[in-house]
Amino acid sequence: MQAVARMSSTETLMVDGNEAVAHVAHRLTETIAIYPITPSSTMAELADEWSSQGRTNIWGGIPNVVQLQSEAGAAGTVHGALQAGALTTTFTASQGLLLMIPNLYKLAGELTPFAMHVAARTLATHALSIFGDHSDVMACRQIGTALLASGSVQEAHDLAAVAHAATLQCRLPFMHFFDGFRTSHEVARIEVLSDEVLHALMDAKAEAAQRARALNPDHPVLRGTAQNPDTFFQAREACSPFYAACPDKVQAVMNQLGALTGRQYRLFDYVGHPEAERVIIIMGSGAEVTHELVDALVAKGEKLGVLKVRLFRPWKAEAFLAALPKSVKALAVLDRTKEPGSIGEPLYMDVLSTFAEAGLANAPRIIGGRYGLSSKEFNGGMVKAVFEELGKAKPKNHFTIGIVDDVSHSSLDWDSKFEVAHPQRVQAVFYGLGADGTVGANKNTIKIIGDETKHAAQGYFVYDSKKSGAMTISHLRFGPGPIRSSYLVQSANFVGVHQFQFVDRLDVLSLAAPGAVVLINAPYAKEAVWDRLPREMQAQILEKKLQVYVIDASAVAREAGMAGRINSVMQTCFFAISGVLPRDEAIACIKHSIEKTYKKKGAEVIARNFAAVDATLANLHQLPIPGTVTSQHDRIPVVSKKAPDFVQRVTAVMMANQGDLLPVSAFPPDGTWPTGTSKWEKRDIAAEVPVWDEKICIQCNKCAFVCPHAAIRSKAYPTGALDSAKPSAFKSIPYKGPELPGMAYTIQVSTEDCTGCRLCVEICPAKDKANPKHKSLEMTTRAENRAPEKEELDYFLALPEADRTKVRLEVKGTQLLEPLFEYSGACAGCGETPYLKLLTQLYGDRLLIANATGCTSIYGGNLPTTPYSKNLDGRGPAWANSLFEDNAEFGYGLRLGVDALHDRALRLLTKLGPVVGEVLTKALLEADQSTEALLAEQRARVVALRSVLKGRTDSDSMILSELADYLVKKSVWIVGGDGWAYDIGFGGVDHVLASGRNVNLLVLDTEVYSNTGGQASKATPIGASAKFAAAGKAGGKKDLGMIAMAYGNVYVARVASGAKDAQTVKAFLEAESYDGPSLIIAYSHCIAHGYDMAKGPEQQKRAVDSGVWPLYRHDPRRIEKGEPALQLDSGPPKGSIAEYMHEEARFRITDNLDPERYKRLVKQAQLSAQQHYATYEQLSKLVLPKLP
Amino acid sequence: MDLSTDYLGFKLQHPFMPGASPMADTLDGVRKLEDAGAAAIVLRSLFEEQVQQEQLLTHRYTDFHRDTFPEAASFLPEPELFHLGPDTYLEHLRRIRTAVNVPVIASLNGLTATSWVEHAALIEQAGASALELNVYAMGADPGEKSSDLEQRLVELLKAVRARVKLPIAVKLSPYFSSLSNLAAQLDDAGASGLVLFNRLFQPELDIEALEVKRVLHLSDSSELPLRLRWLGVLSAQVGCSLAASGGVHSVADAVKVLMTGADVVQVVSLLLKKGPGELKVLREGLSRWLEEHDYQSLGQLRGSMNYESCPDPSAYLRANYLLMLQSWTPET
Repeated sequence: MQAVARMSSTETLMVDGNEAVAHVAHRLTETIAIYPITPSSTMAELADEWSSQGRTNIWGGIPNVVQLQSEAGAAGTVHGALQAGALTTTFTASQGLLLMIPNLYKLAGELTPFAMHVAARTLATHALSIFGDHSDVMACRQIGTALLASGSVQEAHDLAAVAHAATLQCRLPFMHFFDGFRTSHEVARIEVLSDEVLHALMDAKAEAAQRARALNPDHPVLRGTAQNPDTFFQAREACSPFYAACPDKVQAVMNQLGALTGRQYRLFDYVGHPEAERVIIIMGSGAEVTHELVDALVAKGEKLGVLKVRLFRPWKAEAFLAALPKSVKALAVLDRTKEPGSIGEPLYMDVLSTFAEAGLANAPRIIGGRYGLSSKEFNGGMVKAVFEELGKAKPKNHFTIGIVDDVSHSSLDWDSKFEVAHPQRVQAVFYGLGADGTVGANKNTIKIIGDETKHAAQGYFVYDSKKSGAMTISHLRFGPGPIRSSYLVQSANFVGVHQFQFVDRLDVLSLAAPGAVVLINAPYAKEAVWDRLPREMQAQILEKKLQVYVIDASAVAREAGMAGRINSVMQTCFFAISGVLPRDEAIACIKHSIEKTYKKKGAEVIARNFAAVDATLANLHQLPIPGTVTSQHDRIPVVSKKAPDFVQRVTAVMMANQGDLLPVSAFPPDGTWPTGTSKWEKRDIAAEVPVWDEKICIQCNKCAFVCPHAAIRSKAYPTGALDSAKPSAFKSIPYKGPELPGMAYTIQVSTEDCTGCRLCVEICPAKDKANPKHKSLEMTTRAENRAPEKEELDYFLALPEADRTKVRLEVKGTQLLEPLFEYSGACAGCGETPYLKLLTQLYGDRLLIANATGCTSIYGGNLPTTPYSKNLDGRGPAWANSLFEDNAEFGYGLRLGVDALHDRALRLLTKLGPVVGEVLTKALLEADQSTEALLAEQRARVVALRSVLKGRTDSDSMILSELADYLVKKSVWIVGGDGWAYDIGFGGVDHVLASGRNVNLLVLDTEVYSNTGGQASKATPIGASAKFAAAGKAGGKKDLGMIAMAYGNVYVARVASGAKDAQTVKAFLEAESYDGPSLIIAYSHCIAHGYDMAKGPEQQKRAVDSGVWPLYRHDPRRIEKGEPALQLDSGPPKGSIAEYMHEEARFRITDNLDPERYKRLVKQAQLSAQQHYATYEQLSKLVLPKLP
Repeated sequence: MDLSTDYLGFKLQHPFMPGASPMADTLDGVRKLEDAGAAAIVLRSLFEEQVQQEQLLTHRYTDFHRDTFPEAASFLPEPELFHLGPDTYLEHLRRIRTAVNVPVIASLNGLTATSWVEHAALIEQAGASALELNVYAMGADPGEKSSDLEQRLVELLKAVRARVKLPIAVKLSPYFSSLSNLAAQLDDAGASGLVLFNRLFQPELDIEALEVKRVLHLSDSSELPLRLRWLGVLSAQVGCSLAASGGVHSVADAVKVLMTGADVVQVVSLLLKKGPGELKVLREGLSRWLEEHDYQSLGQLRGSMNYESCPDPSAYLRANYLLMLQSWTPET
């Protein structure tokens, strides 16, 4: 690779698509209503951040950015602000866009100028997906908003401005969209539109007209009338001229932009051979991919072309036809969405209609196809396959490209090896861990190259679905521009392997081009590295003649005082080896970027990163490559051979990053998946794991209780179960506790599932009397040979589970019950998952969970593997996620459904009483199921019932036999975070609580929208800095518990298991036993709080002691006993709230921003805690009247 | 009564001032101290370790979660104005400087000549009247000789001295084997004053939880004799200012430290227990005491009982110990 020439112009920015759009939107509006949703959240965050910094729009005003409780709320606010005359915008995607639809109809119907920006994302159907396609915007094509599509970061920037300018002139609302992730998250260099250009585009007269139409009592009008059959139709037709006029006005704005910037856009942009015979019609980033291939093939003389659709609505048929070469013989229309049951997808249908209406004599043959759903790769090879299909005598219609459809046989074959050649381009991939800073370093690298050279640069980052130990793959390209390759790197001339463990688990060289440079971070002396590579990898190095460099980056970082953070070291290596920039210059740039990045973090952070950079080159070595494969080991198999067939065939392929290869037939058609698969995904991410010293263990089981991943477990089992197969290192001691006499006891760590969070070690109270620094649990570095650990775990898991009917349901006892929520992808040290694990231990075998979208649904249901599992009988939690906003209602529905089937079973049983027998029937009908023992009896009765019914062929008997399990009580839990319960789903929460039905709501309260990156919710406490409340929230946390208590018949508990685990267990037991609605609000520490998660329980104690988080249980059953319904489980606030707050970065940010204001907020928080406590204290003494 | 005194080159109306403590953490607190007549304000220490730790930990618990998950590039906001490290301290210092008329002495606590020296410069720029260097060294490293440790301290002072023009007081612990020699070296290296002594956090055991906790016991008068000895000795040996810190809880205590050679008296525990008003009580009490005992000014009293001037100087050294033993007779 060679050094490249320097660039001269600097009026550019390296940004992702979201930032490119926000840059325009923030400057062209006065009011911005926001709500977070992936992948659009960044636009809202930036707008909020910029306004809080005082950045102005082009008219000198600071846009007022307000957060709402949902996208529906944001849309309502937008509608109002627009009616009042303000230039307004919003940002959203996917389900959020769906929630805006009712207001968008209103905005369109009222001919309201308004531009919004959508990072187009998949709609949830058989599954949720956060990734990109056009299913959301296509669900809006009938509304009457204009739809304007961008295909690249620059286009998104430019067309955002076109949308804002054109809407004023057309009076139609504009929905500007670009591909979620592929464009919203791709980092590229853009030429920034200056304020002058934006001023020129925004028509002052049209702006004035918008203000003149504002609702204003000085010249009052009325909007939103109700019309009747006599008039509605005609009035609805009155808007048609505006739609007819719109496209030309958009083109005029595009022309103006072209004149001002040199970047000319058209409603339909044709690229290709002037006499093309085959043309693809497409919009979004796929158009860029097609453009790239067309350029390459036309250069070889092929008569091909691509028509990029910019303005999809209003559709201007004349412009479309005019843009197409007259020579065209065959058209393929590609849609990035699926409309099952339709004749074809929307763009295809429009093209067909256009030709049908035009009635051309020589109309081309037209086929339609689907591509790229949920960010499925769409690359040159696929485009080529579509062109080839078009060239066939009988091309396939309604095809799919990019997948293998072996069910409906829709798919086209493509050459997966095909790549558009760019000999002057550097393409690099980097495999890193989330926490090691690889992505951040690569973003800096692109910026450096973009700023220091005249080359174009592109960065795209792929993350896995886990929140702990997550792998990142960075795809970087740079070279002569423009870069239209909106797809992953297919062959890399540089491969960075930033974590050595990947070499044994993944084919990290699959993308390495022949002769590529490979950089490996290896924690070994350079002489030892070669032999530690697996055979497959050595073979590839030899075969592709790769040059391999190694560095012990972790040691360099550690030496520099930056343990675990290898970003600066690896970035220095990259520049040193790749030669993209002269070495010294590159190092100066890296240091400059370190200074810029960490300026806010302080001199020490900068100094340590500098030290790491300075120490790098001396530790970087080229690896001598022997002539043959010498390794003694292969890559580790993805899953154990013991895994079930489905896991082997499907899940394992996904785990190996090969999910793209799975054909349609591999998948359940309705989104139904087996549970209990996380146990097959041994991620092995902990460098240190806890080790049990049984000699000083006091058997409190607190370690198992706090473990977020069920990776440390306790078991009480018959001593006799220990047989000769017991591994020699397996530890077992007599169980202490009268309820399980004669049992043995073991604490077992599943080291390959442990995340190394240290919570268990921190909570362990058992100290060695003679040497108190030694506790019963201690973190120890992993052994190289892990086989014995696995043997012990397998032996432990095979030991019998404790008898549920004998275990005491206290903290210790609950941890002897089998967890049916295990090894999730939640963050290391997660504060939410211990509650869910407890829930499954208590009720897992009869549990239905309605799960709101959010962290809980991601670690609960994100493929490839999921954590809810089954016991030996095959029973376990049945789990489903409906939406974010409707979870309470969804869970309520589950309850109603279960009750309906239960009622039917009761009716049939009553009817069949004579057949079943009086005694059994009566026992089944009247069974008390309030304890595990009684539940076991009822289960036995169900078995007896089935045996009575066996062989009977009447329909009643058969149905009863099928429904018999409903005679065992089912426990319905409605689970979600504070974003759901306090904000978007609050209406439903409120209604379901009011319903009086037997449902249990568990709110895992992290006090922010954790999953989307820490945006403020109404659960965010005073003084906490969160996104959308960066200066620190001024208002108090909503008292959801109090609102629920006001119903009188709702069981309400506020718990913090880290502070008082026994109270948590009591609350769960009482909530479930209460035959009515229950609400548990559970304090959940979170990485968004900004401190060491291992200290979570300690911090929970501070929260409770200081009065920030009072513990209580409100049980309506106590009213009937003449007792106060509310019991306070924590004392009056003691100590200072400031001490609690000071421990967390979210509060310290507020302090640092404005210490005087912070002090006021702390005082307010203190007062609020006292006031709340005083209220609860009063209530805890209040005996209410009861029925005589 | 003329209670005026010189400290670090400042002419003060009287010798009483709050020592480094949280009392000056708020503007309100500072105003209360000034209203109570504090001769100068000493700010709480900016801890070198704390500054570094806060930077590194905030980096760890925020940046380490960046770019790890597709739905969130980060989990906490990063406002542009947000600064970690000494900025808050410096901003506070600036505000105090404009709010009060008495000298404002900033305080730095640490023991390495790295980023610390820079902080001293920043403190100077922020308008501090003087700087108190609070050096604590436990001497618990078996590999470090006492002379090396002392040398490190002197070098640190020199480094700061070279960087700033401010008067610098060095606040010492009593745990040096040759305190006189060290004091002389510091005096030579440009210390404008010495503060005797800092009071370190003391370990406390939780015998139930088997944990060592750090606690700060407030001082009482029993800590005075150690100060008296070294003020008595050093006031005869060094030319720089001396401040007594720790153990002054009454007018009599104050008289004693002033007699042994302190130029000023820093009070913390007393004020924390009884409020800033005690500064006034001490000042008025001292004035009364001087009048009652026919002193013409504080100057006449100051140092009058130090090693050089007192009737029996050996009492300050080992002889003190012998005499005590000799005067003790077992009960019969």
